[in-house]
Amino acid sequence: MISSRESAVTGQATSSAWSSHEGAAALAAPTSTEKRRVFDWRILLGFFLPVAIALLWEGAVTFGLAEGRIVPPPSRIIATLSALAETGELWTHAWMTLWRVLVGFLIGALSGIVLGALSGSSQTLRQLLDPTLQALRAIPSIAWVPLFILWLGIFEASKVALIAVGVFFPVYLGIAGAILSVDRKLVEVGHVFRLSRVQLARRILLPAVLPEAVIALRSGLGLGFMFVVAAEFMGASEGLGYLLVDGQQMGKPDQILAAIIAFALLGKLADSLLVASTKPLVRWQDTVREQL
Amino acid sequence: MLSFEHLSKTYADGTRALSDINLTVHEGEIVALIGGSGCGKTTLLRLIAGLDRESAGRIRLDGETLTGPHPAVGIVFQEPRLLPWLSVFDNIAFGLAGLSASEKKQRVTHALEKTGLVEHADRWPRDLSGGQQQRVSIARAFVTNPKVLLLDEPFSALDAFTRASLHEHLLGLWEETRPTVVLVTHDVQEAVTLADRAVVMRPKPGRIFDELPLTLSRPRDRTGLPFETSVRRILTALDHSLKAPQEQPQRERDRQAAALWW
Ligand SMILES: Nc1ncnc2c1ncn2[C@@H]1O[C@H](COP(=O)(O)OP(=O)(O)OP(=O)(O)O)[C@@H](O)[C@H]1O
Ligand SMILES: [Mg+2]
Repeated sequence: MISSRESAVTGQATSSAWSSHEGAAALAAPTSTEKRRVFDWRILLGFFLPVAIALLWEGAVTFGLAEGRIVPPPSRIIATLSALAETGELWTHAWMTLWRVLVGFLIGALSGIVLGALSGSSQTLRQLLDPTLQALRAIPSIAWVPLFILWLGIFEASKVALIAVGVFFPVYLGIAGAILSVDRKLVEVGHVFRLSRVQLARRILLPAVLPEAVIALRSGLGLGFMFVVAAEFMGASEGLGYLLVDGQQMGKPDQILAAIIAFALLGKLADSLLVASTKPLVRWQDTVREQL
Repeated sequence: MLSFEHLSKTYADGTRALSDINLTVHEGEIVALIGGSGCGKTTLLRLIAGLDRESAGRIRLDGETLTGPHPAVGIVFQEPRLLPWLSVFDNIAFGLAGLSASEKKQRVTHALEKTGLVEHADRWPRDLSGGQQQRVSIARAFVTNPKVLLLDEPFSALDAFTRASLHEHLLGLWEETRPTVVLVTHDVQEAVTLADRAVVMRPKPGRIFDELPLTLSRPRDRTGLPFETSVRRILTALDHSLKAPQEQPQRERDRQAAALWW
């Protein structure tokens, strides 16, 4: 928190010094170039710590200062990853995990959007739905696992169901909350122009909730990845979660770490895709977007 | 013709925001509502715009009783209230949903020209200055050609210079279709610059205290003596509206209360 604010301050300081050098031309130039400079700088800064630690550990293992059997050095993890990639194993596992997250996310997000929209836009429906959903939310989602297995079997259906439950709640809460917090002043603009209920929803409520809806979907997706691990722990023969379990049972820490890295990359990739695909919808709001 | 007959508004919490308002605004007339804070000016505009319902009495527009938002009534709020996800052009076109694309384009382009916003047509509201945003808001109300235009302190957040130029834009737009205008303002100079009549209100409960005709010829010279005189007259009325009522009606009510009690 503090460090990011500090770097923002130094970023501003350097950019203003820069613009005073360039004089009028810099004043006329859009600020986006300045912003990009600050941004690049921060990304590099973010890489520094993990890279430094990786190099230190690599060095320590190479020079015999540490053993590296329980905590394998980066070179071994990379080797394991590329070996898995070469045999094609990595892709089957990653694809399996991704597929589960995708299906679970679609089911959870769709029902979250529908129920969230219902309970956000009608007081009666909110009083009907919300207490039950809030009560269900209080249950740790993993607690459903035994029941899902009994009901849906040990194969895909129960896994997808668990992921969908994980995705559902943040999306539901986000959508309902976003609708409830739409600025009354903008809604009044709709009233003045005599919009019908449907028109009001389409022309004012929907665009107004989009930014928060995207945030809700992103946290839903994040939880989807959390729950896919749990789902794959409960007995899978494929998937990155299976690689984790297998690595533990076979005593292969490099495989565990390789799977963790694959998870990180996959999660980041999915999130970036979601952000990129929704960006055109919330372009007008990029002041908030830039902070995310 | 816009008329209020025994119009009263009491909010749910018992606040008597308006009490027995009787007023007739002629077609094409610009009326300025002036009064201390809390005397019900915004409430009155919200009733005309159909955003709130009156508790008693009625509002009539050319004989028709208003019961909700009316297509012939437009409003400019104190804040611009632009839709942040629409470009300037689309914001202005917001109330023109029923029209054909070419008609829409023609009307919006004309409004953009009249308000000096042509080069900003494709920008987002967040990229505009406060004065520019308020101009978009005025253009949005004007493009639908309302018969009645309500303005709630639309310029109060702006500096004197911007305000003066917006007065010109407003009068320019008004000249074209001559809508009936009800303008709420705290700025006596603004009232004398724009209005044909100043209506001074008094709080607790909100009532009409006095009406002053402003018969200066347009365009109005803000430095001339007639202008000064009008300003002074309104200020005097305003002064009385804030001081006078405390004495008489208060004692009267106390006496009534006492009579009931004993
Ligand atoms: N929604 C509401 N519920 C209850 N009381 C309200 C509500 N809106 C306004 N009031 C009260 O009604 C009275 C008139 O309010 P109104 O906003 O019309 O005043 P105003 O003349 O516009 O004041 P200002 O010049 O400060 O804008 C005030 O006493 C206010 O507290
Ligand atoms: Mg007000």
